[in-house]
Amino acid sequence: MTNHFDVIVVGGGHAGCEAAAASARAGADTAMITLKYDGIGQMSCNPAIGGLGKGHLVREIDALDGIMGVVADQAAIQFRLLNRRKGPAVQGPRAQMDRVLYRSAMQKRIAKTTNLTTLEGEVVDITYANGKLEGVVLADGSTLAAKTVVLTTGTFLRGIIRLGQKATPAGRVGDSSAVRLAERLDELGFPLGRLKTGTPPRLDSSTINWDALEKQPGDEVPEMFSFLSAKPQARQISCAITHTNEQTHAIIRRDLDKSAIYGGYFESTGPRYCPSIEDKVVRFPDRNKHQIFLEPEGLTTELVYPNGISTSLPEETQVEFVQSINGLEQARITQFGYAIEYDYVDPKSLRYTLETRNLENLFLAGQINGTTGYEEAAGQGLVAGINAARKALCQEKIQFLRSDSYIGVMIDDLITRGVTEPYRMFTSRAEFRLSLRADNADQRLTPKGIEWGIVSTERKRNFDEKSRKLEYFREILVTKSLSPSEARDHGIVMSKDGVRRTGLDLLTYPGVNLEKLVEIWPELYEIDMKTATLLENDAVYSRYLERQNQEAKSLVEDERCKIPDELDYMSMKGLSGELRSKLNEIRPETLGQAGRIEGMTPSALAYILSTVNRRNPLGHARN
Amino acid sequence: MIFQAISEGTIFAPATAKGKSAVAIIRISGKHTLEILTNISGVNLRPREMVLRRIIHPKNREVLDEALVVYFPKGRSYTGEDSAELHLHGSRATLKAVMSCLLDEGLRMAEPGEFTYRALLNGQMDLAQIEGLGDLIEAETETQRKQAQRALDGEISHSTISWKNELIHCLALLETEIEFSEEEIPEDIKNQTISTLLGLRDTLLNEVKGVDMAERLRDGFEVAIIGPPNSGKSTLLNYLAGREAAITSNYAGTTRDVLEVYMEVEGLPVCFLDTAGIRESSDPIEKIGIEKTKKRAKDADLRIFLQEPNLATFPGVEWQEGDLKLMAKVDLVKENDLKGVSGLTGQGVNHMLEDIARELENRIEKVGVMNNTRQRQAIERAITYLVKAELELAGTNNGRSEIAAEELRQAIRALETITGAIDIEQVLGEIFSNFCIGK
Repeated sequence: MTNHFDVIVVGGGHAGCEAAAASARAGADTAMITLKYDGIGQMSCNPAIGGLGKGHLVREIDALDGIMGVVADQAAIQFRLLNRRKGPAVQGPRAQMDRVLYRSAMQKRIAKTTNLTTLEGEVVDITYANGKLEGVVLADGSTLAAKTVVLTTGTFLRGIIRLGQKATPAGRVGDSSAVRLAERLDELGFPLGRLKTGTPPRLDSSTINWDALEKQPGDEVPEMFSFLSAKPQARQISCAITHTNEQTHAIIRRDLDKSAIYGGYFESTGPRYCPSIEDKVVRFPDRNKHQIFLEPEGLTTELVYPNGISTSLPEETQVEFVQSINGLEQARITQFGYAIEYDYVDPKSLRYTLETRNLENLFLAGQINGTTGYEEAAGQGLVAGINAARKALCQEKIQFLRSDSYIGVMIDDLITRGVTEPYRMFTSRAEFRLSLRADNADQRLTPKGIEWGIVSTERKRNFDEKSRKLEYFREILVTKSLSPSEARDHGIVMSKDGVRRTGLDLLTYPGVNLEKLVEIWPELYEIDMKTATLLENDAVYSRYLERQNQEAKSLVEDERCKIPDELDYMSMKGLSGELRSKLNEIRPETLGQAGRIEGMTPSALAYILSTVNRRNPLGHARN
Repeated sequence: MIFQAISEGTIFAPATAKGKSAVAIIRISGKHTLEILTNISGVNLRPREMVLRRIIHPKNREVLDEALVVYFPKGRSYTGEDSAELHLHGSRATLKAVMSCLLDEGLRMAEPGEFTYRALLNGQMDLAQIEGLGDLIEAETETQRKQAQRALDGEISHSTISWKNELIHCLALLETEIEFSEEEIPEDIKNQTISTLLGLRDTLLNEVKGVDMAERLRDGFEVAIIGPPNSGKSTLLNYLAGREAAITSNYAGTTRDVLEVYMEVEGLPVCFLDTAGIRESSDPIEKIGIEKTKKRAKDADLRIFLQEPNLATFPGVEWQEGDLKLMAKVDLVKENDLKGVSGLTGQGVNHMLEDIARELENRIEKVGVMNNTRQRQAIERAITYLVKAELELAGTNNGRSEIAAEELRQAIRALETITGAIDIEQVLGEIFSNFCIGK
């Protein structure tokens, strides 16, 4: 079989698009195979992108010249920076999307990507020989060869949709599920598990009594996703808020046994952070109301997404409980809520490049790895795409670290700990949270992107210019200083200890911002908002950043120490049986990863390291 | 929480077994070894040459011991790093004093196996030694198994489990406010966090006292016998010891050093301290003795004040809750209804011992039991971070919850050796079981 492509990406969702674009940027001849061209960039769940942790991921993708941020900015109809009143590390950009605009912007973006071919077709199987993947098989029986393949099949693997007591095999509403591919993965020994998730019913906007509801407008000054975007492109709108009530709850309680989730039809686990309305009513019986965000799905559609009432109750119950809600008395349901159950591959079987250990040259990204969310999917797509391309081009693999990005946190969580529910990003998962901010994603990652050759010249120029300004003004701030009494003259209160404070130090004092410093040192006058904010944000956490930098350094050390793949853990006498089987399952690639395995002890680590060193007497593992 | 795979910092640990021995050895390893060695034992240490030095606490200049000190430079030591050994006199008090001095100097107590781990990292071990590691791990596993079994049997105090839950609860409250500000969460969440944090801080402070108690159970409670010169302190001690532990005579000021007698009092280990009589003295040596007495007496767990008729005060040593006041030389006193004691006849001694035992048992019951210096250090560090977290929340700076959460994470890391690792999943679990969150 000759190679038709360097890299084939299967699927055109959020993981697929980002993977294909990243692979193409990395210089690989890439093909993206999707069921329907028109399905590229479809948002199957809620019409929003970003949020806490998720917004951080989008910024990181953008910093590496990925496409999600730029496309989202073009399609956004309402921008809100979450936690605006909290510290910069926990602020997350979020925006409501116009689904149609998003899809078309994504399709345009994909179409104009060089090195990238888009093919319509259904991939039903993969081909391989000697433990190495060779290509994919399409529904018409034809095969396409590639050096590496990225599978991003979402919820399609043996997907089953459940609505009340009805069950239909499907990947999402209107699409058939992939059974043969799942069976193939099974046969190859991939550890598979089952997860579930749900969606709310969709409503017809013209049947909602908007005037009766509290409006939620966007921010006056919108915070864009992309470092390259200047301002919103689409008309901006408001969302609205309503609540369930006692009557709603009574209806739901009455019909609980008819719910797919509560009727005992599911064996799989659903996400704790995204409970169905049935779940909320059962688990929190004291609450007499639950909040619902009514999110318009776009400027040209009448569809509204009622965020907060995902359900798998029968159709008639959905109608009844929806119409018991304030403002929704006349509401018409255009598509009923449903729950979906699907196969995922235990991500503990993956490497940090997202290549599978079971089959060389096969990479997985997105929901197939047990995650949820567009942003999580896109982040993995980027990792898998770059690495699939680099492997195809015989270049070194790339590792994202917990200390450099949320992407790194996510990958490490997935491959080291696996999932018990669909994995979603939270800022609390990042132990380096104060360093990994949304506003400094480009400072953290763009230089790496430039080094890996995946950043366009336009972005590079933009980044260099921003960094130059940043350094210029930072230099002024570290050279200029005030004594306590001089500071007092300017109205800044501090202890009279005779120690001079630099401009940067002064920024850490309550009430001191750059505007104040410009009054003192006019040479700062030309500073722009973005640079000022970045400097101020660094100052907020300066006391903690040093500690985090130290910890990051030792993490890098730990990650540099590689552990060979084929280490025989089962024969390591002395390790407890539990630890042996965990190590055997996870097969840590670095000493750092091994150290993060639950139950690991220093002496057990030493034992592993000694075995590594003994196998490799010339080279020391740390080098 | 992250686990640093490669160990950091300068570490120390006693290398000799716990208990009484003629010599106790402390090993030190890490890049600050020489600097600290110089601070506590003076300059001009030559590599691999053992010398007799006085160990002095750099902060208060107190002489802790005379010890044999040897310094092994990097590359020629067990761990491969700069390291040292201090050969101390084998008294528990000395060992403890030197160890706390090293802690004050910023050293960290080594984790089990950490010296070996470093030796390995630095390529200092041969194959046979590496084989031995398996045994070490096995032993460790066995200890863990026993610990787990004890927990199952309910022997490990419930406090450990309850702090763990409270730590998780505190962090969950903070994280809820950060991650789910869009959701309808109770408004007083910040105040709730503050009060939970303060509660936890108090629990831990109590536990630190408990650590003391556990050390006492192991090393003995100190009971100081105090009284004016020639009030019969040494005679009482000799009676207790059943032998001539202290030289007694009729001349005031005979006891110049603090003498110790170990014995069991109703099953509790007690160390009785005979102290130099407290009085005004012009003799410089006696003066030193008196100063020492005051300090030891103040720090002891319990004091027995021997009083002579008409003489009730003891300058410099205050009466503390639970201390005993007894009439000295009660055999000479006519009215026998007074509570008193006599070392000469043994009159009142049994009563005194009963009172001591009752008081000490009371104290043991009041506080939790935690049992070593490492754990104590961990708790103290955790308290520091908890306080910082609380200050941040209650402070004027608008209470930045992400900073408070960062402090709390540090507190958790400090405590992980005791509570076991706390996973972010547990925190998330706590959030979702307490708050109705999610769309």
